Amino acid sequence: MSELIPVLLALIILIGGVIVAAVLTWFERRLLGVWQDRYGPNRLGPLGIGQVLADMIKLLFKDDWVPPFADKVVFIFAPTAIVVAMMMGFAVVPFAPGMMIIDVNIGLLFFLGMTSLAVYSVLLGGLASNNKYALLGGLRSAAQMVSYEVFMGLSLMGVVMMSGSFSLVAIVEAQTDLWFCFSQILGLIVFVIAGIAESHRLPFDLPEAEHELTAGFHTEYGGMKFAMFMLGEYLGLMLISCMIVTLFFGGWHGPALIGHWLPPLFWFGFKVFFVICFFVLLRAAIPRPRYDQLMSLGWKVMLPITLINLVITGAVLLWMEGAG
Amino acid sequence: MDGGSGIMLSELRTMWEVLKHTFTKAETVQYPEEMPYLSPRYRGRIVLTRDPDGEERCVACNLCAAVCPVDCIALQKETRADGTWYPEFFRINFSRCIMCGMCEEACPTYAIQLTPDFEMCEYDRQNMVYEKENLLINGVGKYPDYNFYRVSGMQTATKDKGEAKNEAAPIDPKSLLP
Amino acid sequence: MPTIYVDDQALEVAQGENILEACLNAGLDLPYFCWHPAMGSIGSCRQCAVVQYQNEEDTKGRIVMGCMTPVTEGARFSLNTDNASKFREAVVESLMLNHPHDCPVCGEGGECHLQDMTVMVGHRDRRYTGKKNTHRNQYLGPLIHHEMNRCITCYRCERYYRDYAGGNDLAAQASHDHVYFGRHEEGVLQSEFSGNLVEVCPTGVFTDKPFLKHYSRKWDLQSAPSICSGCAVGCNIAPAERYGKLKRVHNRYNHEVNGYFLCDRGRFGSGYINSDSRLDYAGIKKPDGSFMAVHQQQAIDTAVEWVKNKKVAGIGSPRGSIEANYLLRELVGAANFVPGFSDREAGILKAIVRILKTTTAINPSIKQMETADAILILGEDVTNTAPRVALGLRQAVRNKAFELAAQMGLPQWQDAAVRNLAQDQRSPMIIVSATDTRLDDVASQCISLSPDDIAAFGYGVAEALSGRKSQDEMVNQVAAVLAGANNPLVISGASMLHEGIVNSAVAVAEQLHSCDKPSMLSLCVAESNSLGLALLVDDPNSDANMSIANLTKQASDFDVVIVLENSLERRGLSEQIDSLYKANTKVISMDILENTTLANSDLVLPAASYAESQGTVVNSEGRAQRYFPVYQPSTERLPSWQWLLKLAVGCEHGGLANLEYFDQVVAACANSQAAFGRLVDVAPMRDYRNQGLKVPRQTHRYSGRTAMHAGVSVHEPQQPQDSQSPLTFSMEGLNRESPAALMPYVWSPGWNSNQSLQKFQAEVDGPLKGGTAGVHLISSDASGAVEPAVPITPTLKPHHWRLVPVHQVHGSDEMSVNTDEIAQLAGRAFIAVGAKLAEKLGVTEGDGLIVAPHNTELSLQVKILSRVAKNCVGFSAGYLETLDLQPGDLVTLSKDEAWVQPTSTVIATDRGPAHV
Repeated sequence: MSELIPVLLALIILIGGVIVAAVLTWFERRLLGVWQDRYGPNRLGPLGIGQVLADMIKLLFKDDWVPPFADKVVFIFAPTAIVVAMMMGFAVVPFAPGMMIIDVNIGLLFFLGMTSLAVYSVLLGGLASNNKYALLGGLRSAAQMVSYEVFMGLSLMGVVMMSGSFSLVAIVEAQTDLWFCFSQILGLIVFVIAGIAESHRLPFDLPEAEHELTAGFHTEYGGMKFAMFMLGEYLGLMLISCMIVTLFFGGWHGPALIGHWLPPLFWFGFKVFFVICFFVLLRAAIPRPRYDQLMSLGWKVMLPITLINLVITGAVLLWMEGAG
Repeated sequence: MDGGSGIMLSELRTMWEVLKHTFTKAETVQYPEEMPYLSPRYRGRIVLTRDPDGEERCVACNLCAAVCPVDCIALQKETRADGTWYPEFFRINFSRCIMCGMCEEACPTYAIQLTPDFEMCEYDRQNMVYEKENLLINGVGKYPDYNFYRVSGMQTATKDKGEAKNEAAPIDPKSLLP
Repeated sequence: MPTIYVDDQALEVAQGENILEACLNAGLDLPYFCWHPAMGSIGSCRQCAVVQYQNEEDTKGRIVMGCMTPVTEGARFSLNTDNASKFREAVVESLMLNHPHDCPVCGEGGECHLQDMTVMVGHRDRRYTGKKNTHRNQYLGPLIHHEMNRCITCYRCERYYRDYAGGNDLAAQASHDHVYFGRHEEGVLQSEFSGNLVEVCPTGVFTDKPFLKHYSRKWDLQSAPSICSGCAVGCNIAPAERYGKLKRVHNRYNHEVNGYFLCDRGRFGSGYINSDSRLDYAGIKKPDGSFMAVHQQQAIDTAVEWVKNKKVAGIGSPRGSIEANYLLRELVGAANFVPGFSDREAGILKAIVRILKTTTAINPSIKQMETADAILILGEDVTNTAPRVALGLRQAVRNKAFELAAQMGLPQWQDAAVRNLAQDQRSPMIIVSATDTRLDDVASQCISLSPDDIAAFGYGVAEALSGRKSQDEMVNQVAAVLAGANNPLVISGASMLHEGIVNSAVAVAEQLHSCDKPSMLSLCVAESNSLGLALLVDDPNSDANMSIANLTKQASDFDVVIVLENSLERRGLSEQIDSLYKANTKVISMDILENTTLANSDLVLPAASYAESQGTVVNSEGRAQRYFPVYQPSTERLPSWQWLLKLAVGCEHGGLANLEYFDQVVAACANSQAAFGRLVDVAPMRDYRNQGLKVPRQTHRYSGRTAMHAGVSVHEPQQPQDSQSPLTFSMEGLNRESPAALMPYVWSPGWNSNQSLQKFQAEVDGPLKGGTAGVHLISSDASGAVEPAVPITPTLKPHHWRLVPVHQVHGSDEMSVNTDEIAQLAGRAFIAVGAKLAEKLGVTEGDGLIVAPHNTELSLQVKILSRVAKNCVGFSAGYLETLDLQPGDLVTLSKDEAWVQPTSTVIATDRGPAHV
């Protein structure tokens, strides 16, 4: 029976992920409305949530068109890759004690690997479109991912050092007393920023950059293939949020004292919700940087900070070991 | 942010400022259930007005067409029996119009005016092309008393030379009086 | 070259200039009103005030008028100093005291020099609160609209109309602020050059009346460089179009030809292009005599079917372009090509071409004619046959005044002083003609002789010049006058259809030349391309000598006759032409307006007018000039050259079938004949680009582009593309620094009126920066062209009078008379008699006379002339009613008792009905 739980969970994640991503599109627009003193989609269904359904119907019924000048096979393959990669990432997320598909001792590396795979989707989509805007978007995406990948991984090494494991369950359990968001504050900041860049969410959506590149890598996409890209983006948002909570905000652990009042799954979901709201806030508040600014931020600021963080963490750990 | 010299204080402050809007009311008006107030000088659908005597104000001087940044006004001057000017046709292509109001500013006779009406959607683009009969209204619009020909030196059917505002009686060139 | 300092900037200026000219030459903006480059300065408007300083230390200076102050070495001026600019602003403010609130309903608005100058001096707010003066307007005829309220009393109109153009029915009246410019009573302006008032008046007092009827602002007009088709002078014009209608014709400056001015035929005579009697469709004649409208391609297919591998003759046209005539000649073969002149005119033109190719005299442009100090006119009423030349001659007779002024040290531009000094003293101009001419008022001597006697008189003068005194004292006097001149000018032409007169003029000019004088000889021809066509058929290698008379006789030898833009009734007697129509020959003809030739053709093709097509014409000076389409012809019409080219392609003609572009036709034509070698240089070819851009026909402020056609379809069609010329039907491109032949309109920032021309001139009153349009095709080998006098034995019969043609600027021209306003001025055909003869016949002006040449007779209205040669009567040349009257024929005259005098037409007025 217990062998069936991961399978069931996988099914729930697959279906639930898609549904949550769809609802997120509506939620994000409503939330942006709140912060921009307007309403957002409020016409269809209670609070306008029917908009999700309307959008889905619209996307489903759109002409499934492949440009005659595009590389057809790659063009169709590209959007599926991002969804698959992101979905795979969820396999190692510990939602609550025992509630995860698989607890591998290299869970963190698996997550990093999967998010890295997503870049192929964008890159191939841009390349296969055979369109100058799409190609530029794809190129930007590749450069951006390669750059931020470096210290995204490095920023997590502090967490790994402190927990002494690559297993995400072990990392969550290491935070029972103190969440890493306090001890690894530099790591958190770098990971959040790199996370935005990895999921190319605003303000780091340079591969799309509609003011410059029409719609960037998915200029030529429409209908369900476009929807797949959108799904991938929102799954990426969710995955990054889950990982931030897992790695820095104690995962399923509730706050001290009141943590035991509610089940761990609630706390996990509650924290993820807040992180997502934070991502939307970033979108509402911060304009897109220039491409060179993005690159210099990555290499000249983020990378040094990460390295300093590693050195300090290592030094402190060694010192404490020596003292202990 | 440039070159990593800043420490993103500005960005943090922006986020805080945006976050504060969680507690402010939406500015949006729930049109069409709730109609917004549009001031009389709102720049909406363009009309051609008439002078207080009920005649067309437009004298077909072409200044509106000249000033129009999208060149969506075309007209042709025609002359009445008494020598006054009027447009033979006057066409505005509203599918091009950007409601900038420069035609109204340029109009020397207050003929062309923008109104607080913006509800002019059409399913057929051709219906966005308004001819004179669609533009001309039976009213004076914003300047109720103005009649260009009462100010102009041109002679009309109802006004002889020298009868316009601030004009002296016509000079008799054959008179020897000073 | 004196150096002057304007606002501490050193300017090298030409000796004898005034400050205003110097500033304009330097590109500085100095406002002016009364000064005009062609009319000089009188200093009346006080607008060009500048401050002059005594020396470098002088900081106060004094205000002087730029146009009245000659440049002197080291003189110091300021344009921008406060008191100069305030003075100028005050002048405009005072000019505006009485200027009405009219701009929106003024035909000058948008190209008004007063508007430009007001903006330039910075005057904005009216301070004066008193009442504005008003004036009543006058009816000045169908061409000029009068709105006296707008006057700023610069006196330009009077100075132009009376002093420059020699009119005597428009003048300043009354005094102080009552000054009024108009006629003594309402009526049609009598000058043939009245239209220039529109361009001369700096504001809207005189505006173009036909243009006002379907008015568009200057910025909305699409223009192209063009050449007037009214006569053979070849004035450069800028016709303008909007909404598919030709709106107006404006002057286009050509330093050597028309300068700043046009005649009224040229300016107002193009209304026929908008006429309802234009052909819209090609038509094939049905058996019942009516026409079946067919589409372009069908018409071409039909023509090809008729023409291919058949014996075809072609009749060319002296009002068609060289290219169209060339294509027709190539299509039918030189042996079967008739130039389309009447037989007598063909003979004279052949002689004129020979003369121009061999004469020792100079063949002058109008600019050169203006330098003449003695003029002999033999048998031409220049004002009516080559109007713009007459305006030049009116300036030439002022050379006496300039000579006197030079003795006094007065510069030429001191207009009032020069005129005051000379009073009525003029350079000599001797007119020898059969009837009175419009230049009689400035002539030193007018001699009335019959055409044969004019020729004899000319030869007599030539002999007298060579030293053999004549028995006729008059001849000796004239010879003495010419002998005393430094730049004598002899003018004659084809208008009398008398070859002897032309030859006698050559004899005089060449005799003057052999007296070591740079003598000038100008020969007027009739139509815009008469000389071009004469050159085309003047092929020494071919002995083809077809005439209309021959062709009509041999008509049945041909399967098809193609007629190019020619109304054959004007080229031969009606019975001749009828025999052509009756022959079993198919007639294909193309023309602009309906006419009898088209009505008698089996296939008619609608041709584009000059304003819708491209071509080259050669004026009477031998100058080839090109006109470009102002707008595209409506879908079914085509320029004649394109009809002919399509026909040639359809017939798979060896030489023509591979041509596609106009430029290729020009090149083929240039290669065909040595005389046309320079045809390719007339104007830039279609690949010409200015900074990579074509030359725009539309102004940069062309309005309504997205609404003009929206009434038909909101989906905006692409602008028509012009693949044939370097011009484009759009506002995109550069309208500056292009060659003179490609100047569609003048505009410069801050200078919206035609006064912006000075920004396009290399120097004030000089050639354009882009050079001078046109290329001379004829160069003389100076071998001498004198033909011996043909002894004439005049045949006189009692009670018979010899017919001499009397040309009318409005009426004698075939095309312009189809314009309503011109037709109104042309009036009815007439028979012109002297006062004595009228008395003898018992008729007065307006009565009818029965004129009987040969076996026909026709009744014509009597017109009484002040002088008519003995035994001669004049008839209105070129009028439809008198086409069958042949110059030189003897006729009998008798009063037509049944004649009903036309009721005098009521003078229309421009006033509203309420106050008439």
